[in-house]
Amino acid sequence: METIVMEHIRLPKVENVRLIDTVTSRRASVGTLYLTATHTIFVENETEILTETWVLHSLVFSVEKQASTTTGCPLLVRCKNFQVLQFVIPQERDCHDVHVSLLHLSRPEHYEELYCFSYNANSDREDRRKAWDFINLKAEYSRMGLPNHLWKLTPANHHYKVSDTYPADLYVPKSATPPVIMGSSKFRSRGRFPTLSYYYKENHAAICRSSQPLSGFSARCLEDEQMLEAIVRSNPRSDFMYVVDTRPKLNAMANRAAGKGYENEDNYSNIKFHFVGIENIHVMRNSLQKMLEERGLAHFPSMSYFLEGLESSGWLKHIKAVVDAGVFITKAIAEEGISVLVHCSDGWDRTAQVCSVASVLLDPYYRTLKGLMVLIERDWVSFGHKFSHRNNHLNGDPKEVSPVIDQFLECVWQLSEQFPCAFEYNERFLITIHHHVYSCQYGNFIGNNQKERTELGLQEKTHSLWTYLWKNRTDYINPLYRPDHSQTQGVLRPLTAPYCFKFWGALYNRFDRGIHPRQSVMEYLMAIREETQQLEEQDHAVRQDRWSDDVEASSMAGQEVCWYRDQQYGRTERVMI
Amino acid sequence: MEFSEHIKTANVEDVVLRRPFYQPTKGTLCVTGHHLIFSNRGGDSARPFLLLLRNIDAIEKRPSVSSGTITLKCKDLCVLQLDIPGMEECLNIASSIESLSSLETVSEMYPFFYRPPFLSLQDQWGLSSTEQHYAQMKEIHDGWRVSQVNRDYSVSPSYPPAVIVPHSIDDETLVKAARFRQGGRFPVLCYYHRETGTVIMRSSQPLSGANRKRCREDELLLQAVIDGSELGYIIDTRSSQQAQQARMTGGGFESKSCYRGWKRLHRQLEKGKVLQESLIKLVEACGDQSHSVDRWLSKLENSKWLSHVQTALSTAGLVAECVERDGHSVLVHGSEGTDTSLLVSSLAQLILDPDSRTLAGFLGLLEREWVQAGHPFQQRCAHSAYSHVRLRHEAPVFVLLLDCVWQLARQFPLAMGFSEPLLLRLAKEVYASDYGTFLCNSDQERCVTGVKERTHCLFQSLLRANERQHYSNPLYERTELAIWPSIQPPSLQLWKGLFLQWTDDALHLVEAQKVIQNLVSQCHRPLNEKVENTDG
Repeated sequence: METIVMEHIRLPKVENVRLIDTVTSRRASVGTLYLTATHTIFVENETEILTETWVLHSLVFSVEKQASTTTGCPLLVRCKNFQVLQFVIPQERDCHDVHVSLLHLSRPEHYEELYCFSYNANSDREDRRKAWDFINLKAEYSRMGLPNHLWKLTPANHHYKVSDTYPADLYVPKSATPPVIMGSSKFRSRGRFPTLSYYYKENHAAICRSSQPLSGFSARCLEDEQMLEAIVRSNPRSDFMYVVDTRPKLNAMANRAAGKGYENEDNYSNIKFHFVGIENIHVMRNSLQKMLEERGLAHFPSMSYFLEGLESSGWLKHIKAVVDAGVFITKAIAEEGISVLVHCSDGWDRTAQVCSVASVLLDPYYRTLKGLMVLIERDWVSFGHKFSHRNNHLNGDPKEVSPVIDQFLECVWQLSEQFPCAFEYNERFLITIHHHVYSCQYGNFIGNNQKERTELGLQEKTHSLWTYLWKNRTDYINPLYRPDHSQTQGVLRPLTAPYCFKFWGALYNRFDRGIHPRQSVMEYLMAIREETQQLEEQDHAVRQDRWSDDVEASSMAGQEVCWYRDQQYGRTERVMI
Repeated sequence: MEFSEHIKTANVEDVVLRRPFYQPTKGTLCVTGHHLIFSNRGGDSARPFLLLLRNIDAIEKRPSVSSGTITLKCKDLCVLQLDIPGMEECLNIASSIESLSSLETVSEMYPFFYRPPFLSLQDQWGLSSTEQHYAQMKEIHDGWRVSQVNRDYSVSPSYPPAVIVPHSIDDETLVKAARFRQGGRFPVLCYYHRETGTVIMRSSQPLSGANRKRCREDELLLQAVIDGSELGYIIDTRSSQQAQQARMTGGGFESKSCYRGWKRLHRQLEKGKVLQESLIKLVEACGDQSHSVDRWLSKLENSKWLSHVQTALSTAGLVAECVERDGHSVLVHGSEGTDTSLLVSSLAQLILDPDSRTLAGFLGLLEREWVQAGHPFQQRCAHSAYSHVRLRHEAPVFVLLLDCVWQLARQFPLAMGFSEPLLLRLAKEVYASDYGTFLCNSDQERCVTGVKERTHCLFQSLLRANERQHYSNPLYERTELAIWPSIQPPSLQLWKGLFLQWTDDALHLVEAQKVIQNLVSQCHRPLNEKVENTDG
């Protein structure tokens, strides 16, 4: 694969390239541009400290060659992590070569070309394999109290024979027989029959998920009706359930013409049907695009322009819609004790968002570092969120791209802003996950479902992001986290007034460093905590080796941490020796 | 005059009080000359709820046959509701509140009656005087002097008795220059920058008028400021068009030909009615119960409040840049020189001067640049965002200052010695206070009405040990460097602590502040112990 990649590099090195600071557009640095198999690297000339900018090819969103000027030919590189780099290359021909090379390098055709397959490939295979066991979904379901007398593990989807986009292991009501499961799955898009996402052991209410029913205008399916009845019965304290269709009603109705649609309350006994009106992936893609275009930087520093742009992009409205839906489900589960079935069309985008936001609100576990990893692994990775399509990993259909998991991460951020002491992880953790959803450096998010991932052998050939994050967890701890605090225990009840939703500058303006607070409270608190810990250690003359269980990990850490930081901050300042 | 004349019904039983964060409670309502007192019947040990009548901005009554409801909208943006049994009682209470809350005679206001045990009228009123301030700045003694030319307020009624001016300019020249400036507010020193030896001055507009009058003495005064250096900047807080128009009404600006070496820049800052309406729109938007994000963002934008914050900070940044980066002196003025000029000059000082960022330093800055410098507090803060009365001179310039300071503190959370609760306290006190600090419109008025003898000083009170503790920033680490704020739109945020302080959202943020405080004190304890150990 390496050789294929190398073929794309028409020009490995260009000198006297200028990198323009896109925020101030005043400062430019002169240096050398290198194209490698995995990165674009810009090395500044003649500075006392060596300044390098590294950009991973898989993070490149677009490369745009602009009209030549007297000083050279500008090349604009926009990244999926919102970094924008403007190079000016002296010779038009060189610029052309770099442009063409980057276009190829950033749009691989095959999974095997992705960075995760070459990233740190020589480490011990067995260690790497073991690291993947760090997040274990079986353990997650047993943490919820499953299986029990109400819910069972079904082998129905082993070898992915019922639904190729579902995980192999699924939990269904005890009374759901194989014929009911089979029948129900035939009546659902892509065979995604109703199955358990989260079980609230305090009162036995459950969040279930599925795809839309193939009801058309009048079709019905006895087994599907029995399946929902089984879900109602698996919650002994209630005699009905909610079915939440996360789509706008109009969209759902339009689907009926195509033989799909939504549940008819007359056919299903004991359901209450509810639309929540979250827009589809195309609306979300355009909304983000619009917000990014008008995020009010540099050339348009007017407050009005910024706020108008934010409004017309509709982005915060969409975020609020997802949180509102999560709040609705949380109330149903925790306050009313009613189970909920959530679906959209295919049940892998809006359904994943809404189920996981509800989980974060319901269960403090998902507000811990490990809990969020488990949640993403369960509701997103295992349930077949199409990461490679949505996050544009390969050269594919641009209409499949959409910031769906991005919106989930932002919902969590908005909640953490409202409850500063309720989350064990900090903003950096969310931003880092966002980064790696796109980076293709780790195997976690490659492919579109479990079946594909198994076939690619990702657990044998790539590293897991979760173990990397866990090893570096001190970077991601929120110093304000108070698990025993009244507002952090149990269910979160957020306000969802419009003013509770803010523009997430730390993510969308991540590389425009001038606009961020110049001093960070979080870093200060982390620093003094570290100081205190060191002093305590000295005082007790005890070396607390808190990370002793991670010793095997540190062999990998050293160089790779550096590596990672290069990409996180874009520019590193290392002293030249 | 007796307050009792206004009190038609002094006591009502079985009143239900509804206010943010509390369950509705039943109790007895009592109207006194300056307060509404609500006490909870029964064995509840909770202290009675006390509301300063001055704090009430608008009162809405809905009487019905057997009872009535009064909604009180306060200047601190809190909204309360009283359910009063009996229509007559309801109307009586409402009219008592209406007349008592709008009394305008300064000497009848509550600060003249407030006598807490922990303060004495013998205490010094105010933190410092011009003379004391001057005495502390040894480095300016060669070039600058204290002038008592305004000792009887005859040169400028809104200036303090003593001001700092260039050494080479005598009082006679000052008197003549004052005649050429609106309200007699001739250019005076407000900040001296040690590293560059340059200064920030402020004044009102020159009265050049339609026929471009000149004033030799005014020109001399400004010449003396930049004596020896090449260039000074005049930052005019009006647009150049507004400055041109001002000539028609006798005002004007410094023309290039008359003021050699001075370069004029215009940065339009809104004030007066525009600013007041902006506040009203913002508060209205924050109270909007609709659940539409679009509507919220559109109202937020439409209020223009954050645009005013942005312009104020960027103009202050410009002034600071001239002084620190370019090494040129600056004169700031708009028209009267009592509003936007003070806003810009005090923000520029916060950016540049670490001494003004301590708790005592900040209060000292407010005293010098706002109280002594003659910001007309009484006129500007007569009403806030809810009032239905016709606006006259109201404008939330001081609230805008506090918001800008909050933005600075948000961007530099370690650089300020004081905390958000101090800014919130000031935002409340400026409209309704137990203290005399924000009474009247000028130093002269305060002397005439005896404010300094017969009321207590807020700033002194805020510096008492336990208050100081409460208003200090636990994260404070002094930096000698200038703190340059970002004025990019994503860097500026709505000040939730003020504008949404009565929502649950703010409650969580207050909790977080407490956690930070505990964390810092916990972390510092072992450190301090450690230090003591090593010393021992």
